[in-house]
Amino acid sequence: MKHGKKIVVGVLSVLVVVALFFAAQRLVEPKYADDLLEGNFTAEYYEETTKHDVIMVGDCEVYENIDPMVLWHEYGITSYIRGNAQQLTWQSYYMLEDTLKYEKPKAVIYNVQALTHGEPQKEEYNRMTLDGMKWSKTKWDAINASMCEGENMVDYMFPILRYHSRITSLTKSDLTHYVTPRHITHNGYYMRVDVLPASESDVADPSWLLGDQDTASDTGDEEEEAVDPWDAVDEEALEDDGDASDPWDAVDQKDENTPKEKETEDGGVEFGDYPMQYLEKMRKLCEKNGIRLILMKAPSLAPQWYDSENQQVVDYANKHDLPYINFYDLLEETGVDFETDTYDGGLHMNLSGATKLSKYLGKVLSEQYGMKDHRSDASLAKVYDEKYKFHQEMIRKQQKELDDYGEIRSY
Amino acid sequence: MFISYHFIAFLLLLFVLYYLIPKKGQWVLLLIANFLFYFSAGTYYPLFLLATSFTVWLAGIMMERRDQQWEAYNAQIKAGDIPKPTREEKKKKKAAVNAKKKRVMLCCLLFNLGILAVLKYTNFVIDNVNVLASAMGKKELPYVNLLLPLGISFYTFQAVAYLLDVYWNKAKAQRNFLKFTLFVSFFPQLIQGPISRYNDLSETLYAPHSFDWKTVRFGLERILWGYFKKLVIADRISVAVVMLMGDPEYYTGAYVLIGMLFYAVQLYADFTGGIDITIGIAQVLGVHVEENFIRPFFSKNIAEYWRRWHITMGTWFRDYVFYPMSISKPLKKVTTATKKKFGMAGARRVAVYISTMVTWFATGIWHGAAWHFVVWGLVNGVIILASEECAPLYAKFHKKFPKLVSTWGYRAFQVLRTFLMMCCIRLFDTYASVRGAAKQFVHMFTRFDLSAVTKQEMIDLGLSVQDYVILMLGVLLMFLVSMYGRNGSVREKIAKKPYVIRYGIFVLLFFAILLCGNYGIGFDAQQFIYNQF
Amino acid sequence: MDVEEIREGILDILKELHEDIDFEAEEKMVDDKILDSFDLVTLVTELGEEFDVDITAKDFIAENFNSVDSLAAMIARLMEE
Repeated sequence: MKHGKKIVVGVLSVLVVVALFFAAQRLVEPKYADDLLEGNFTAEYYEETTKHDVIMVGDCEVYENIDPMVLWHEYGITSYIRGNAQQLTWQSYYMLEDTLKYEKPKAVIYNVQALTHGEPQKEEYNRMTLDGMKWSKTKWDAINASMCEGENMVDYMFPILRYHSRITSLTKSDLTHYVTPRHITHNGYYMRVDVLPASESDVADPSWLLGDQDTASDTGDEEEEAVDPWDAVDEEALEDDGDASDPWDAVDQKDENTPKEKETEDGGVEFGDYPMQYLEKMRKLCEKNGIRLILMKAPSLAPQWYDSENQQVVDYANKHDLPYINFYDLLEETGVDFETDTYDGGLHMNLSGATKLSKYLGKVLSEQYGMKDHRSDASLAKVYDEKYKFHQEMIRKQQKELDDYGEIRSY
Repeated sequence: MFISYHFIAFLLLLFVLYYLIPKKGQWVLLLIANFLFYFSAGTYYPLFLLATSFTVWLAGIMMERRDQQWEAYNAQIKAGDIPKPTREEKKKKKAAVNAKKKRVMLCCLLFNLGILAVLKYTNFVIDNVNVLASAMGKKELPYVNLLLPLGISFYTFQAVAYLLDVYWNKAKAQRNFLKFTLFVSFFPQLIQGPISRYNDLSETLYAPHSFDWKTVRFGLERILWGYFKKLVIADRISVAVVMLMGDPEYYTGAYVLIGMLFYAVQLYADFTGGIDITIGIAQVLGVHVEENFIRPFFSKNIAEYWRRWHITMGTWFRDYVFYPMSISKPLKKVTTATKKKFGMAGARRVAVYISTMVTWFATGIWHGAAWHFVVWGLVNGVIILASEECAPLYAKFHKKFPKLVSTWGYRAFQVLRTFLMMCCIRLFDTYASVRGAAKQFVHMFTRFDLSAVTKQEMIDLGLSVQDYVILMLGVLLMFLVSMYGRNGSVREKIAKKPYVIRYGIFVLLFFAILLCGNYGIGFDAQQFIYNQF
Repeated sequence: MDVEEIREGILDILKELHEDIDFEAEEKMVDDKILDSFDLVTLVTELGEEFDVDITAKDFIAENFNSVDSLAAMIARLMEE
């Protein structure tokens, strides 16, 4: 009898500690609901109730530039973007591997920008990309492939060990979003409706794209300008900064003391073995599953996309007979105008720009690669009607903030 | 070393294995653990440790063999196997035996202290030679790059104590080399002590231990308390201490006082926290390690402080430097000569004065190879001697006002006075130069200006308002625990409480460390302050 | 020299150190801190002079110095050797 009671008390004691542990862990985990929203993306995928014909993987060049709602609305294509700030090639591979556990898409689009990165870049981006992933061997492998020096698997297994120091700087949203995280994306698309013309910003120098590549200035000057979104979390100092949620741009990585990739003659990067190895894995994974892999390059003014870099992609695409959509070559067809279609002076598209790119992409997908129109599927339509409502609602809210404050504050 | 996931995992694995394997093998497991621990600290470190361990072990056995020869000789006489020698003969034989024993001891002692001296003080000597050389316009010597094995000062002292104990027949030699190595290398105390005596530690170190929940629980509680002090308090305040000590020009006047107090908090929390972890780990393993601190900041004078702070180091210097030196032949001669000239009052003092200063010189330089450590030691020595001289005066005063002396207020005054005096002495330990420390001490009074201490300035030290709150609560908790433990073990008292309370304290402490501890990425855990000595 | 003589000699020396203490009655002179380090060191020198013995670190342990009896026993043993 007494023995039995002891066991019960012991088990209960352990349970209480475990429960408190996870409660405290959730408390200190960043909620990504105020200044920095990019940490929510990975987890949102698991809320999906329907399957997708197209999956896109990559960094901000997909999740800011392609809008699945346009693809649906215009072409009836179901799609989802599994992208994150500075999502590196190996992370994109594991993101795809993870996705294939839940569904088998017909096509996968990979944005090639990340190929210029040969190794893990920043712990903070790793965390934003990987923390939201559901636990599986894939996540384990993804973490192992991504960890920077000084990082530790244990910190990923128990995020409290990484975030515990936030206990002294908790904000209201740590409570309001304790249970339900803030939902940000539209099937992975991160929307911005504001405009910052390239000509009014010194973030990017468009001359390389519009004219002679040699006249392009080094983007080194912009390093200072680039807002490190992670700092915003810690310092809460960027609230009134319109660019607070400016996600990673490749300029950032030069701050890090990572060894440089080999340079090509025109100043570009010779893609490293590490990212190419994962691109190859991605290609084989698609091949094995009968999925069409499409390569894509978004038209960003910075970082500069060198001819030599482009050629490497072209060569790879030719070798393996992969389609490659380079939006730099399609400025006329898409109608992208860097004076109206970007919200940060040319790094990323705003809604207007994303809509243009999406319309073009949708056309290619349905006409050339036979993606089906699902708009007549009643159950799917119902789901997407809801999504579209949320989409339109966000446009209105962002527009209102623009009108009220002259800037977007909460997106 | 104590602050890493690997160490925690290593510890948990060791605890589990320790009580799963046959008890006979427990000490072997410990030995293996020691080497894993030390090897992970530095690939070549174990070689140094093995050299010390082997030479001292061998010397112990050789010395004991001499004693056995002497005993055998006496036994033979008794049995009548050899004719009874004259007293002279016997004395001669004894002297011969002792001389051999002494030679073994001295060789071993010089070898081991030599390793320590070369590794630790070569650059200090070069430094000083260079000062002289440049003064005379000569070429300066280059520094040498020497490996300083972790905790070498501690394990060398522990081994030397054993050597002398065997030499003085105070301890029996350990015949098993592996067991002896276990004593020298016992991992929890390798980094920062306590410096255990062979007779104390060997009682429980080699013994088989069966699992006893209360002992293990007490050990775990102590470990947790140690981590609390180390991670929540010491490592949090260290940022500010580094700032304050790093810019003495700017942080002067009132900030010297603040720095002194902050450093006292940091040192206490860091050092006693580390020792709590050490003793706690040993306790979980069923090994008894002597206490190193008995509420030192409650001492009423400096001599008492040194009997309660870093106790095992203090007694080591007392037993192996101070007394042997005081009663050595040369000093005996000095004492005798002084008595003839100046009478008993002088004779009483001379040997003690000389050995006190030598001991404190040694203590200073043991703490670090730099002059400001030497000065720090000597200041301690001078003040202890001075208060020793004042003792009759105090006694008179106490006799005159017996009521005052027994009041709570007077005792509090004594405690506070001792605490502040130790803080001042410690300036020599914190500031990197003797002159800097002296200057700061003066400025503390001449430039004292409280209006310079603003909220923004305090925040600029690198601590947020929340950090200050946590620190205040932490210091308060340490104080309360010390008070609570004045008349008996805190853990024994807690053990008598209902389960819910015991468990609640445990859980609270655990989460306080988990959430408020300074560890992990982005935070470069301070090395324990004491471990490079 | 018999034990009684040794005891007398020891007491003389102790009296010289502290006149006001009844050393015969004390059993724990070291442990109770009746003799401080000054006293102990002086005592070793004085005893050595008086009885022509060499008290070394080996014999310098609290048990030997706690009472007059233990001191006498130590001296007797050292003289024997």
